[in-house]
Amino acid sequence: MHQKLSMSHTLWIATRKGAFTLKSDARRRKWNLSGPQFLGHVLHHIVQDPRDPKVVLMAAKTGHLGPTMFRSTDRGRKWTEVKQPPAFRKAVEGEANRAVEAVFWLTPGHAKDKGVWYAGTSPAGLFLSADGGDHWEPVAGFNDHPMRPQWAPGNATPGGELLHSILVDPVDAKHLYLGVSIGGIFESLDGGRNWQPLNRGIAADFLPDASVEFGHDPHLVVQHPLQPDRLYHQNHCGIYRLDRPVREWQRIGKAMPKKIGDIGFPIVLHPRDPDTAWVFPMDGTSVWPRTSIDGKPAVHVTRNGGKSWQRQDKGLPKSQAWFTVYRQAMCADTHKRTGIYFGNTQGEVWASANEGESWQCIARYLPQIFAITHAV
Amino acid sequence: MSCTVKIASPLRSYTNGAASVNAKGASVTEVLADLERRFTGMRFRMVDEQEQIRRHIRIFVNTREAKQLSEHVAAGDTVHLICALSGG
Repeated sequence: MHQKLSMSHTLWIATRKGAFTLKSDARRRKWNLSGPQFLGHVLHHIVQDPRDPKVVLMAAKTGHLGPTMFRSTDRGRKWTEVKQPPAFRKAVEGEANRAVEAVFWLTPGHAKDKGVWYAGTSPAGLFLSADGGDHWEPVAGFNDHPMRPQWAPGNATPGGELLHSILVDPVDAKHLYLGVSIGGIFESLDGGRNWQPLNRGIAADFLPDASVEFGHDPHLVVQHPLQPDRLYHQNHCGIYRLDRPVREWQRIGKAMPKKIGDIGFPIVLHPRDPDTAWVFPMDGTSVWPRTSIDGKPAVHVTRNGGKSWQRQDKGLPKSQAWFTVYRQAMCADTHKRTGIYFGNTQGEVWASANEGESWQCIARYLPQIFAITHAV
Repeated sequence: MSCTVKIASPLRSYTNGAASVNAKGASVTEVLADLERRFTGMRFRMVDEQEQIRRHIRIFVNTREAKQLSEHVAAGDTVHLICALSGG
């Protein structure tokens, strides 16, 4: 499963002001920064297709202009605008107008479905492309679901109402998950035609009724590629694990140190070990500063599925570092000794070539970082 | 019916850098359709899927703001596609 030693590493960095790449050889000691591409564009996600690595998609907009997407077929050297970006269907009389404000999330389809991609938008919409991202169609099964106005009523986060964490089960291409902030986690067993909430056990401290079926705020949901029945998720209200077919999430964040808590945006899985996950906790107390806690940034790792967590901060600033790591801005590579990467709101990229044991800053002074994805 | 269209800088990637182009049409709808035929993708950046002019886009016919896409355009008019302030 781990990559060959001769392979290089690329980090795609989507920022509030353009796209950058960091490239390294297999040793991961020296990283070369390139960019910006699309300077001034607001980029929420850049994803390279693992089924055809020449293809890269970029979700873009600008301060003035509406959303679009750019597509490369040569690993990011040249880009062309896609022919039909995601857009909701025309509203019928009496229906609320819904227009895509931003494409927030990109997911390549199942390994056997070459050319299939999914996109999540703000406001919450699910879209499908069958031609490698050039033309997009709304997924009516979610967007027009009779419960959608209740599931995703437009309760926006500061970044808008977001549809994210589109997961395609590697065992079954028709088995999908997605997350809506704010709305919850939803599951489809039939390729997106129908959906059910999957939020039992998740706290919703911001609602008067904590036992609601939906209305939660999952920040990021991830699925282990080798054990796809195992899901983890970092929520607005804790860190959770779910082993299907069970439907009730377990709050594994309760094992986090009390003074750290279990609030954050990202969660990253080890590519081969389903028991190992990394999070980047943030301050979710009082008025929700959403910064590193006490100005002392630290990653935390579990090696036993969330029974216990260890702090990993060697090399990170020891004080007065008040940054935030957004949900898409942390990732792992596929090296034998897994590398972990995160980008922050101060435009820094931090890397660990030893599974979080020590960290080095490999880029700084970039714009605010929204997303980092790894490719080989 | 031909008019002049002034293109704001964020849209000039579609017009090969041109700040001004000619277009045909008797309404803003028709002018934008003509532009879309020649500069694919440009219209959706200005007008959403519900046919609403986007929040930070303003369209003027001469000095008159077009609040609706049905706004009349006469031969010789100048249509301004303006990107309004959107923050830092």
